[in-house]
Formats: sequence, structure tokens, C-alpha cells
Amino acid sequence: MELAHELHNRLEQKPILLMTHLVLGYPSLEDNRLVIEQMAANGVDCIELQIPFSEPIADGPVILKANQDSLETGITVEQCFTFAREMADRFPQVCFLFMTYYNIVYAQGEETFLGRTREIGLWGTIIPDLPPEEGQSYLQLSRELGLAAITFFTPTSTSARMEEVAGQGNGFVYCVARKGVTGKQTELDSSIEAYLKRCKGATALPLAVGFGISSRADIDRLTGMAEMAVIGTATIKLVDEQGPGAVGPFIAGLLAGSCQPAAE
Amino acid sequence: MKKGYYGQWGGAFIPEVLYSTFAELNRIYEEARADAAFWQEYVAVMQNYSCRPTPLTVADNLSEALGGARIYIKREDLNHTGAHKANNVMGQGLLVKRMGKRRVIAETGAGQHGVATATMAARYGLECTIYMGAEDVARQRPNVFWMEKLGATVVPVTSGSRTLKDAMNEAFRDWVSSMEDTHYVIGTVCGPHPFPEMVAWFQSIIGIEAHEQILAQHGGLPARVYACVGGGSNAMGIFQGFLGQPQVELVGVEAGGEGVDTARHAARMKGSRARAGVAQGYKTMFLQNEDGQMLDTHSIAAGLDYVGISPILADLGEQGRVRFEAATDQEVLEALSLTMETEGLIPALESSHAFVQAYKEAPKMARDEAIIINMSGRGDKDIFTVAHAYDDPSWKEFIIARGQEYGG
Repeated sequence: MELAHELHNRLEQKPILLMTHLVLGYPSLEDNRLVIEQMAANGVDCIELQIPFSEPIADGPVILKANQDSLETGITVEQCFTFAREMADRFPQVCFLFMTYYNIVYAQGEETFLGRTREIGLWGTIIPDLPPEEGQSYLQLSRELGLAAITFFTPTSTSARMEEVAGQGNGFVYCVARKGVTGKQTELDSSIEAYLKRCKGATALPLAVGFGISSRADIDRLTGMAEMAVIGTATIKLVDEQGPGAVGPFIAGLLAGSCQPAAE
Repeated sequence: MKKGYYGQWGGAFIPEVLYSTFAELNRIYEEARADAAFWQEYVAVMQNYSCRPTPLTVADNLSEALGGARIYIKREDLNHTGAHKANNVMGQGLLVKRMGKRRVIAETGAGQHGVATATMAARYGLECTIYMGAEDVARQRPNVFWMEKLGATVVPVTSGSRTLKDAMNEAFRDWVSSMEDTHYVIGTVCGPHPFPEMVAWFQSIIGIEAHEQILAQHGGLPARVYACVGGGSNAMGIFQGFLGQPQVELVGVEAGGEGVDTARHAARMKGSRARAGVAQGYKTMFLQNEDGQMLDTHSIAAGLDYVGISPILADLGEQGRVRFEAATDQEVLEALSLTMETEGLIPALESSHAFVQAYKEAPKMARDEAIIINMSGRGDKDIFTVAHAYDDPSWKEFIIARGQEYGG
């Protein structure tokens, strides 16, 4: 099944979906395992598994440091694939996606990278430094393999550009809530409502809203305006400060009341 | 061919948030490029503010000492701020005025591009932030001092390998939230389109002058032209003056560090450690591992200590139009000494790489042949590095005494 279809099915059970993020190997694959277990147990729908890269230009200080620390442990792309396969097997209720930068894909070759991504049971890829103009063969291959190729909307995108970009991707569209790198504070103000309305008008794909969302109130505000809330830097900070055990209660708190997982 | 590509190299691998910024930059750049008055204004600025045209100095003493080809030196060190970097910076400054932006940011390695950008910002009344690897801040202290005195904010970058590529990443991170009123003045012929083409255009002033000068002074074309290659802006600058003349051999000299067969160098085209890749917004030959992670680089010259190379030069190298060589740190110091003692010229450590290769080849050439070495910058800025490398006793005494004075 394709990701967009899967997400629409899930939206029949709950008003908004949740996507979380982690950097593979930070602080360790063992900690990643504990964090993912809790995310899965608390009803997270999608998880971005970021394969670390030495030059993560779209990431802010928290994720930048996580990338570097992970690389310093000597993690390889091969280990990331092995780990992702294990997670996809263990938690079939979660849609896992790879997030990384294009050089990691390019180094293996698009066909090998995407072919293996499909083969190990992931749903798609998110590559922030590969605009559609440069990604034609990646987009084509992703379509052929039935993998989601995530495209981006930003507050600086014109409506025409949004339509152009969304028309070439699939799965969902990642709506960046503000300018800048990952992890900066964002207030969900009225300008975001207008922006998301514009996003909605440009595509029929589900909208995922990311960059800076960290509280239950943020998610409540988003419900009805977007299909999926993205929690990125917040969980990395949480693991840094309180350890992997704090992730479960945090996710449960985000979802309490608004959209309980089906498992309860 | 796709726009912004040179053979298989180049492109614009930018996050979506910068799409409209690049659309505007491309429009302004293309308008300027089509406007003859813009180039005239640019040349006039460079003549009045930066000593252009810079001379082509005939190096008679060196030519006699080495035998073989007659050596000419293109004096980019005589630009304001002491390097060819001023050419690019003043050109982009004129574009910033056309775009109506009020702030500029830049990355810098050796500090020359940072100092040049800071002067441009002061001259045009712009706010200025310079990103510089923490390791480079430590080894190029005099340039940090000047940038700050010129009114710029210098941000030491502590991520990654703490050198030029990390400074570039950090400048991009600034730009994705500040692009509405900020222009990123990339210092070399790298990065996403239109930067390689645009910076090469501004730097072409070097080659245009050198071509005219060698005809006037030597009575014919040079047999070879030598330039050091970090990102590649001074090399592209002078090479463009001779690309149309296939009889002129173009030689790019990379940083051989402790040797291209060691892990401590920054040679992308020479040697076998570089592979095709995509980073910092463009596709080129990068020093990287099998997974695609960038490797640490090393050079005695901070301005050549970089993982990538201009996509235009990667293509010219692949076509065989530019020959690439590498010079080691040790060879660079020897060539620098010879140049100082023989001609009274002080090339920057970066530029000294070009001198190394020229000195190796000139003696084997004929007396009626001419070669040009592009002296991209002056070496006085390197006083701490050079004095340290020469292990100069009287300099050490001075530093110890000054340290005691400040410490006490």
C-alpha cells in the first residue's frame, strides 16, 4: 500500500496523526531501540529515521550535534539499514521513513539505496537538499518502487510553486512551519493558519507540519488544519536531558484526550 | 545541458525554503550580466577602489636563477585587502545594492574573503556577519582582528572539522532564516548555481587583464598558466583569459599537505581519495568516505583546506583542459623563501602552491616560452603561520616578550 492511502485510512480512526524523528546512532542504536519501542507503544504513526551526514545544512544545533556525535561513534550507513530492517519487522504498525541528505543516497546510487529501502520494509524517504529540479530520477524511481518521496512546502513558497512541487511527490507533504533550521521555537499564530490553508489548497496529499512543535496545545491547534504533527528536536532534547525512558510519557501526554491510540 | 551544469558537475541542491531566494538572485544576476553598463560600473569600482588593473610583473631574477621559461607574475596581491577575493566581493556588493538587501553574510577560510566582505559591507553601509571555522580563527588571528575593526561580527564555528566547509554550512543555516534582507556572499566558484558561474564572471577580470598584458609584454601567449586551487576562484579567474587558446596549458595546483598518498591533504583532482558527490548545494569531486561522509582535510594554507572543488574546474579537469598537480606544505615553504629572496615578493601560502609547480617545470622549458603564475594574494597575513613553520627564533622571542607584556 502507498503511504498516502495508509495515512488516509488511519485518519478515519483519529483526528490527527503523529510523526516523530530520531537520529540513528544518537546517543546509540540501543537507546534508539528503547525510544522507538515507546513511540510505537504510544501510537505514533510515522517515524523518521535520520541517517547521519557530516554536512547537515538544514538542521539546527541539536540535530547537527546528534549527527556528529553519532558519526563519531563510527556508525555506518550499512548499520542504519540493518537497524531499520529490525524496527520495520518488529513494529509493523509504524510507518518508518528514512530521512537523510542526498549525498548518502548518491554514494550508494539511487537505485541501490531506494531498492533496499523498499526491500527492508520502509515506506519512503525525506531528502531536504534534493529539490524536484535535481531529483527527477529519484522521484521516478520512488514512484516505480511504491515509495513515498516527500516534498516540502515553506512559508516562502508561492502557491504556484506548491502545486508544482506537490505534483511531483507522494506520501505526504512536509510543511515547514517557519523559515530557518530545525529546532527553533515557533508559535502557532494566525499566520500559520493562513499558510496551512494555502498549503491545503495546493494539494490533495496529507500535510505534515514540522519544525518546532513540542506541546499538546500545538497539536490541538493543528487538528483540522493538517493531517500529521511532526515532533523533531523535542524528543532528542528529552532523551538528552532525561534519558530514553522519558519519551513514552511525553508522547502519551501529547496525545492524551485528543486521539488515544487504538491499543487502549 | 541543464542550466548550472558543467558536464556532470554543478547544479543547485538547495532546500525548498531557499527556492524563491535563488529565483530572485538568478534574475538579478542575469539582468546584470546582460547589462553592459553593469560591467563598466564594476570595472570602474575596481579601478578606483582596488588598484586594478593589477600589474603583470616580469620576474627576471627568478627566470635567470631557474633557467628555462620566462616567468611572469600576475599581482592579485595588490588588490585592496591583499587578494583576488576583492574582485568577487565588490561585484556581489553591486548586486546586493540592486537587490536592496541590508545585510551580508560570508564564510571564510584564510580570512581573506571575510576581510574583503567586511570592507565591502563597510563601504556600502551593510551589516556583516562572517562565519569562520574555530581552527581558522586560531591560525588567522590578524584577519579576525581586521574583520572586527571593520565592523563585522565574526562567528567562530565549532562544528564538524571547524574549517571552511563548516563555516559554509553555518552561513547556509543563517541564510535559511534571514534571506529576506540578507545576501550570502559565497567566496568561491562553488555552491549552488548561480554562484560558480557568477563568481567566475567577476573573477574573469584577472584573465582579461593578464591576456592583454602578456601579449603586450611578451609579444605572444604564455605556454602555461599556474594557479592554486582551493575552491578555485583565482584559478577560474585567470584561466578564463586563456580557455579559448588551446595552446596555453592551464595548471591547477592543489594542497598536497603532507603528501597526496597520506590522509593529510586537500587534493581532490590529484590523488585518489576524492569521489563524485553532492554537498553544500552542488555536485563535484569531494574528499569523502564510501558512505558519503566528508573527510577531514589538511593544508598549511587555510584557504585551500576544503573538501570540494569548483564544478567548473572538475569539468575542465575531466575534459583534460586543466592539468592538476599538488604541492606539499614543505615545498610551499621552500618556494615562498625563494620568491622572497629572489624577487622581493611575498606570496600567500595559498598562492605559493602555484609557485611550487611553476618552479618545477620552468627549468625544463625553452627560453622563448613564457609562463604566468597567478599570485592570488599576499603573504603578510600569514606571518604567524609562516614564522611558526620556519621556527624563526627572533620571532619567538618577540612573541614571548609581547605575551609577558600582556600577561603581566
